[in-house]
Amino acid sequence: MNAIPSPDSLSTPTTDSTPSQCAPHVSIAGVTKVFNGRKGRVQALEPVDLDIRRGEFVSILGPSGCGKSTLMMLLSGLLPSSSGRITVDGKEITAPNPEAGIVFQKDVLLEWRSALENVMIQAEIRKSDKAEAKSRAMELLSMVSLDDFHDAYPSELSGGMRQRVSICRALLHKPPLMLMDEPFGALDAMTRDQLQLDLLKLCRDDDMTVFFITHSIPEAIFLSDRVVVMTPRPGRIERIVNIDLPRPRRLAMREDPKFIEYVHELTGIFKSLGVFREE
Amino acid sequence: MAMASATEPQQERDKAFAPVLKVLNGIPLAVWTLIGLLLFWEAYVRIASVPPFILPAPTAIAQEFRDYGHRLFPNALVTMFEVVFGFTCAVLIGVPLAVAIVYSTFIQKGVYPLIVASQTIPKVAIAPLLLTWFGYGMAPKIVIVILLSFFPIVINSVMGLRSASEEMIHLARSMGANSWQTFWKFRLPHALPSIFAGLKLATALSVIGAIVAEFIGADQGLGYLILIAGSNFDVARQFAAIICIALIGMCFFFTLEMVERLVIPWRNKADVSGDA
Repeated sequence: MNAIPSPDSLSTPTTDSTPSQCAPHVSIAGVTKVFNGRKGRVQALEPVDLDIRRGEFVSILGPSGCGKSTLMMLLSGLLPSSSGRITVDGKEITAPNPEAGIVFQKDVLLEWRSALENVMIQAEIRKSDKAEAKSRAMELLSMVSLDDFHDAYPSELSGGMRQRVSICRALLHKPPLMLMDEPFGALDAMTRDQLQLDLLKLCRDDDMTVFFITHSIPEAIFLSDRVVVMTPRPGRIERIVNIDLPRPRRLAMREDPKFIEYVHELTGIFKSLGVFREE
Repeated sequence: MAMASATEPQQERDKAFAPVLKVLNGIPLAVWTLIGLLLFWEAYVRIASVPPFILPAPTAIAQEFRDYGHRLFPNALVTMFEVVFGFTCAVLIGVPLAVAIVYSTFIQKGVYPLIVASQTIPKVAIAPLLLTWFGYGMAPKIVIVILLSFFPIVINSVMGLRSASEEMIHLARSMGANSWQTFWKFRLPHALPSIFAGLKLATALSVIGAIVAEFIGADQGLGYLILIAGSNFDVARQFAAIICIALIGMCFFFTLEMVERLVIPWRNKADVSGDA
């Protein structure tokens, strides 16, 4: 438990401990992961090296089973790496990092709590100031148009609403680093578009680094500053594509020739990796 | 329920009957079935002139309640006490035991299998033994109630506590929750519906336990009354006692259901929304 933040570092995470401008926010150096399963050793990740700047939106794009979720688990400290070193703000991650905010593909809402209480669990566990947390929770919920639903139980919410609540929960403590594992993977296409817009809105104000895992090429391009392409198992970084599209992103940009060019480029990479096979 | 084509006087009459119809509509169908059965029973006994020591008519049982109530109700209270006290003990033992099974590998591997295996022993078979150990008082009855009702409580609580998803535990740890917080704020509330399912199963078993225990050796309680009435061929009295037992069981079950609604309010609000 070396990474429990002090109460004031929760509200202003970057002021006192800001590293020098060029130092990356997140640094992954030679990180591997080997699982010892029943069928013997499975190499989930080959050595991965990646630096992420503060405030950057990075998507990890790859087919199922390429170890991208594993990479996120390593980054959150929930799973130990087999070798290599992960640092966040210069601190090595060896235990769950409570400064990060996490969103899984499943919303993992607590069925016995209302939407607001689900967001508030974050504050309860961290024992932060209740009143302040509550007003922030309400603010977050209203940013994703859920103000009228703060009293509703998860069973009364649709899939998209539930995932929005879970994003608000992850954002409550203003995490400097947001880890998202295919958060929109289980949603229908239209809800997905809306949630992408919501996410960008939520990220815009804070100087937050986002590590976003997806297997959707357009989603990765639409959201990110950089798209990291991973190969099928064992996972390794194949290519990093910089997305040079203006912000704020608009839905119309998806018809932009530049956007379409990125889609072609990334599709091409996956074709060359054998992920897509055409006759 | 006025029809569109109804004439004026008909509508008037419908209006007059409306409150009566409303009350009648409010009675559940099961009650009507019960009333039908009782009427059939009464008619059969009267028409076929069945002797009362074989099958008394419902009215005769009602009469029995009136004449014998002063003995029936104190005994019912004794049985009720055994049921409620034994059940409470079973909960107080069963739920913490389930927590221990989930959290301690030793108890899970060293004790839990024995608890499961012990369920092959019919509790009735141990009852005489308990009588030898604890005498004829309340104690052996309460022990039997505990023995019968604690198993479903343990099993369901263990299942509930184990059912927390991996993601949920990850989420708790990512917030920096300690094991106490993980238990109290995540695992336990998540397990509540399952725990209550076990408790509801246990209510029926605890009533059975109390009656069986009273059969084997008692000087009070409804089981004892049934035994005595049986030896006197007093079938009406037996029926009266059985009805008391059924009422105790039902009250107990519904009380628990009400507690469940209070403790698990989110369960009652499900299925309101569509899907996005």
